[in-house]
Amino acid sequence: MTDANTIIERGRVGILVIGGGPAGLAAAVAAKRAGVDDVLIAERDRMLGGILNQCIHNGFGLHTFKEELTGPEYAARFISQAAELRIPYLLNTMVLSVDRDRNVTIMGREIGVRTITADAIVLAMGCRERSRGALSIPGYRPAGVYTAGTAQRLMNIEGFRIGKRVVILGSGDIGLIMARRMTLEGAKVLTVAELMPYSGGLKRNIVQCLNDYDIPLQLSHTVVDIRGKRRVEGVTIAEVDQARRPIPGTEVSYDCDTLLLSCGLLPENELTRMMKAGISPVTGGASVDDLLQTDIPGVFACGNVLHVHDLVDYVSEEATLAGENAAAYVSGSTGRSAADAIVEIGVDGGVRYTVPQRIDVGHMRDSVTVRFRVADVYRDRTIAVYRGEKCLSRRKTRVLAPGEMEQVKLKKEELAGLTADEGLRVVLED
Amino acid sequence: MEKKDVIIIGAGVTGCAIARELAAWKLDVLVLEKEEDVCSGTSKANSAIVHAGFDAKTGSLKARFNIEGSRRMEVLAGELDFAYRKNGAFVLCFSEEERGQVQELYDRGIKNGLTAGDLEILSGDEARALEPALSDEVVCALYAKSSAIVCPFELTCALAENAVKNGTEFRFLSEVTAITREGADGFVVELAGKERVAARFVVNAAGVFADKIHNLVSGKKLSIQPRKGDYLLMDKEVGGTVDRTIFQLPGKLGKGVLVTPTVHGNLLAGPTAEDVDDPENTATTAEALADVQARAGRSVKAMPFRQVITSFTGLRAHEAGGDFVIGPCADAPGFYDAAGIESPGLTAAPAIGLYLAGEIAKAAGAERRTDFDGTRKAIPHVALMTDEERAALIRQDADYAQIVCRCETVTEGEIRESIRRNPGARSMDGVKRRVRAGMGRCQAGFCTPRVMEILSEELGIPMEEVCKNRPGSELLCTASADEGGVS
Repeated sequence: MTDANTIIERGRVGILVIGGGPAGLAAAVAAKRAGVDDVLIAERDRMLGGILNQCIHNGFGLHTFKEELTGPEYAARFISQAAELRIPYLLNTMVLSVDRDRNVTIMGREIGVRTITADAIVLAMGCRERSRGALSIPGYRPAGVYTAGTAQRLMNIEGFRIGKRVVILGSGDIGLIMARRMTLEGAKVLTVAELMPYSGGLKRNIVQCLNDYDIPLQLSHTVVDIRGKRRVEGVTIAEVDQARRPIPGTEVSYDCDTLLLSCGLLPENELTRMMKAGISPVTGGASVDDLLQTDIPGVFACGNVLHVHDLVDYVSEEATLAGENAAAYVSGSTGRSAADAIVEIGVDGGVRYTVPQRIDVGHMRDSVTVRFRVADVYRDRTIAVYRGEKCLSRRKTRVLAPGEMEQVKLKKEELAGLTADEGLRVVLED
Repeated sequence: MEKKDVIIIGAGVTGCAIARELAAWKLDVLVLEKEEDVCSGTSKANSAIVHAGFDAKTGSLKARFNIEGSRRMEVLAGELDFAYRKNGAFVLCFSEEERGQVQELYDRGIKNGLTAGDLEILSGDEARALEPALSDEVVCALYAKSSAIVCPFELTCALAENAVKNGTEFRFLSEVTAITREGADGFVVELAGKERVAARFVVNAAGVFADKIHNLVSGKKLSIQPRKGDYLLMDKEVGGTVDRTIFQLPGKLGKGVLVTPTVHGNLLAGPTAEDVDDPENTATTAEALADVQARAGRSVKAMPFRQVITSFTGLRAHEAGGDFVIGPCADAPGFYDAAGIESPGLTAAPAIGLYLAGEIAKAAGAERRTDFDGTRKAIPHVALMTDEERAALIRQDADYAQIVCRCETVTEGEIRESIRRNPGARSMDGVKRRVRAGMGRCQAGFCTPRVMEILSEELGIPMEEVCKNRPGSELLCTASADEGGVS
């Protein structure tokens, strides 16, 4: 057991896990359990647990722990595991740069600026929210426009009230959760407007956070103006057409002091780009193989930095795999085929992407979970996996929605001898 | 009653430049600003260009102060340690018929005082060889080599800090409501809070409000037309789309839509031009932002508008006469104008400051200060340092190891220093403009709570009083909905 400062002084570490949120914690725990003694977590915030610390609502852990936990409780389970395994970590510490040889410059209050070399890296930096600026919402730029996550942090971690009359743009899960949260704290949530004809959040959150509190959800609507020179005084919402352009004449004005934005999450891949690792234009995260390894050997990715998840349970599962694979990599037990023997997974019929994006049939585990999201709301479709023209599996679904992650399992025995020419596809069918 | 030698109204770049140059003289100077900080009006939202000087009408004040200001800016950047880069500019011509206008600009530049070495006319292919992203439709371009980019926030703060270092006083949230003559030699300036301050000389650097201030003392009325311009700012990832500032041939309402890298490495496109009635109308509109996209797309192929991180509006203070109004007011001796300061106002500010300070010092019979220190050091910029420099800084103050704004790599040390400077940041916007916390791709999503805490600590105010800019822009609220009157 080595402490963080000793590792930093030594300038070398077995596995560096960048990020101490749910993904980083699960990856570190898995790597340590897989026998790598030398794991270090670098966390930029002042505590471990990441975004879960501000998610004080319940609904976490049903898959992982078979019970319903709050975000902080779920995080605490993994933090305890990391503590029991005596995994060293650095708080208030940020990775400034990293290169393809895994030389990492790291800066923090306790360590100053240091360079260490990691035998393997697990990228677990999470994601950020799409901002008002990126959405180019016209109008004034007063105080009182927050992304839902920033509002959530101010309320749940810092303990402040941020507004009294609220309009929410976007029906992502954090926005839905915040609609309920602000209502419980005495604010009036006037409406949730969603640009798309469907919600970007989980069905259960629509029911529990909006319907239960009589908060109207207006699909195919957006904010077209923000008023107020100092603090928000009001917003205007309009209906949009099929091309998502506001329809003149449909404007409705709301008097409010707060506008929350829940319009999408973006993986924070600055370090990944710095290393020039391949990035999927669809997920915004690294493109990975079945080991969750990027196209740079020894660099793995998991959690929301890889692709935005709907449930933290899947983050934990994915990160566990990344941690185990990073451990196998540093102990030299990872077999990999030549690049041309690795098969890209194709998508069709409304499947937007898969993670992993490619699979090493020769060295894959007996079973590999492939996660994906769909492009639209689909009813009564079949999810099918094709090896060439041959269908390996089919599963009927009642409703598929972009807000919910889907998965299929690939079995090694079914893929034996598969070549890139033959092809492997995940598709939606009628 | 409190008495000063000089009162400057307005702490934008012009007011601060005048203050900085006046500080070289043995004069007691007070700067009054209605907002909570310097650089809160036109100076904060513009193209951030140091114009070469070929555009303004020969013989105009705009032409004179542009050329002088452009030269002086480079010197000042050294003295005051602010971000400045001479990146050069192109003026694009898209049709054979307009070729003549490019030659006109060239000739005007030479007449205005630029040299043949400063200007060159390039063919479309020559221009594209230097800037591969330029449109295939470009038939020729004027290349202005002395054009530069600057950080307008840091420039204004640097001027103000340097003035304070040399004894100038700044008062914020101090809106001037009346100016009256006091005897033959001086004025009494009254503030919104009824406070009154006397001064021998008053300088009007009130930006879009300069007509109101001028008209308080003069029968020769000025009329400022606020002219709104929307901009789109793009991520640093695409900041290298062009290296030079790319203009189109100027039109009736100004220099048209430009595409430029910023001195911090973002990409900026804008502005539109729309006359508005309200001198505080800084609302962007969907139409204007679409217009920026359309026009910028004419200059540069594949403009990366998917990488927009924010949009904003700036107001230019257009005077009806079309030129700057600079100098003594004819019917109010001791009152000096720096009015109608629209483009190239940012460029001209250092020269306007020098000129007006000299005139006022002469009129006052003031002596030069022998102890004037015209230097200022920038707040450490950890993002741009080498690891050795970072380590050395952190050894002095560990706050410089703690990153608060991850997108722009801004540390707690920088944020605290921005508040401790004089004049220092008093608001989120003040911190943002000084050290770039919140300027990056997440637009303050992550750093907002922490920057609020640091402001609260440093200013000794509760979190509920932390503002985005002036009072009224509090980020938090204290009462619940039932107390707030829900309809």
